[in-house]
Amino acid sequence: MLAYFQAFPSLRDTLLLMPELQITLFACFALVLDVILPKEKKRLAARVSLLGVAFSAASIALLVYQYSDSLPQKAFYDMYVLDGFSLFFKALFLLAVALSIGVTIKYLDLEKEQTSEYYSLMLFSIAGMMFLTSSHDLISIYVSLELITLPVYVLVGYFKRIPKSNEASMKYFLLGAFSSGILLYGFSLLYALTGQTNIEAIAQIVPEIIKTGSATYLLLLAIILIAAGVLFKMAAVPFHSWAPDAYEGAPTSTTAFMSVAVKSASYVLLARLFFEALPSAGSVGSVPGWTQLLGVIAAVTMTIGNIAAATQTNLKRLLAYSSISHAGYLLLGAVAGNEVGYTGIAVYLVAYTVMNLGTFGVIISITRHDEGDAASSERNTGEHIKDLNGLVKKSPAIALMMLVFLLSLAGIPPTAGFMGKYLLFAGLIKNGTDWMTKLAVLGVINTVISFYYYSRLIRVMFIADLTEERPLTVGKSLQTVLLISALLTILIGIYPQPVIKISESAIKQFGNISDKASGVVPKLNND
Amino acid sequence: MVPLSWYLILSAILFTIGAVGVFLKRNVITIFMCIELMLNAVNLTLVAFSSFYKQVYGQLFVFIVMTVAAAEAGVGLALVISVFRNRETLDVDKSNILKL
Repeated sequence: MLAYFQAFPSLRDTLLLMPELQITLFACFALVLDVILPKEKKRLAARVSLLGVAFSAASIALLVYQYSDSLPQKAFYDMYVLDGFSLFFKALFLLAVALSIGVTIKYLDLEKEQTSEYYSLMLFSIAGMMFLTSSHDLISIYVSLELITLPVYVLVGYFKRIPKSNEASMKYFLLGAFSSGILLYGFSLLYALTGQTNIEAIAQIVPEIIKTGSATYLLLLAIILIAAGVLFKMAAVPFHSWAPDAYEGAPTSTTAFMSVAVKSASYVLLARLFFEALPSAGSVGSVPGWTQLLGVIAAVTMTIGNIAAATQTNLKRLLAYSSISHAGYLLLGAVAGNEVGYTGIAVYLVAYTVMNLGTFGVIISITRHDEGDAASSERNTGEHIKDLNGLVKKSPAIALMMLVFLLSLAGIPPTAGFMGKYLLFAGLIKNGTDWMTKLAVLGVINTVISFYYYSRLIRVMFIADLTEERPLTVGKSLQTVLLISALLTILIGIYPQPVIKISESAIKQFGNISDKASGVVPKLNND
Repeated sequence: MVPLSWYLILSAILFTIGAVGVFLKRNVITIFMCIELMLNAVNLTLVAFSSFYKQVYGQLFVFIVMTVAAAEAGVGLALVISVFRNRETLDVDKSNILKL
């Protein structure tokens, strides 16, 4: 009994959890507010949620201040780890949720569905993401992953009287649960091979398995299953079919939240599982490992995402396909497997968060409602490309910001998207392997294809005639979000050094491991 | 004493039945049951290896998987009900408002 109390998590362990605990607490609080507040005061919950995000950000700052010299800090029997990587992504998730809340306030006002539970679900999901960044054990990774996705299933089907929203959430739920099952089977095989659930312990045992070669094929099966589960979450081809449906059917604010936060979370998952637990399995002896697997997937994902996006007329669907292609670009960093590539992933995720949320903010600003057709699936909600017609005549400021976001998505300098893409491609070229250089060239070709459909949007905004006479109604919250996103997009493009520096310190731990690994990558480099 | 490989084979078979069922079945509830079958296959592997390695991690994992599966079922069935209210059918082939 005494031993139990001695081993009980200490105060220090709990303090390390502070950012997550605060978000969870405020999420519960927002849920309670939903019952207390009268209908017209529900917007207060958004302020409360933002307050929670601010508190959490403050405690992250405190943790950085206190532990910046003594990272990583481990807690809860090594299930939880606080390192540069987790601090970086926690901050990124808080930025994403703060901007998403700003977008949501305006959108729920438009839909006359202002409720507190929406914010509460968003906070729960973010709490799951923050736990995921620090998870250092298969068990805690699985639980945080489910904490991320369960609230998002509900958020996608939030408008329960609209058939489109229903259908989207059902599809997302079935495929999401299916992919969790596959991922979990991969976890169970990994446990079967190593007898460990801790990431670090697995990372030590896997090289021995590869060396003895006794269970190589079982290891490969585990890697393929885990990769399939992770790729499902990030909507990479061939596991992307849920994304366009879920993105189109979901409330626009949910689409914005999903496309940035949930997507970034899937890269955190990728990093923890592949860069940290299985770096040595990048190439397994004579058979290809996950480096080649992800290389092929990245190439297919970029190309199919871009080609499909070029034929879309629905804005949300177009952005869904464009987000699929961005998943492909981001995978390039993982394929490169060096410090430049990993930094590229981190920088690109920051850039993607601000530019994509900005784009969805503009879409929400042009959203309007014809009365009395809420239940119709054909209702006009400003989601069609033609709804952007002549935006510059109605509001030059918003059209200009949209221009910045679209140029950034296409990767044109001097924007944040360009810096991210540059680092991702540079990582591949620095690696120097023949097929990786070709992959980088394919990436550049894809950037050109993507410019075709982004420029189509730019054209209708600036050249086409106005077709919708009603004026824009941009609320204060949305205006703030758009301004912050646009400023950050340009700032990271012009002066990227701070972000690159922080990203480098965040991925340092993986960079070291991948250099030590005996994978095919460094070997070919020496030839 | 049942050898370890039997457990692995059984769990692989269960997992395959579940995964194939997800693609073949057309009713949402049946698909959901197939997904639960996949999770149970995972649980079987974990428990088998937990007793093989004579340690507790695997069994702990199983408890957590079962709890999360229950939460997932809660959310999933709620979604199913809201879908059924709108369209009076649970056939996934008829959910085709959103198309390519």
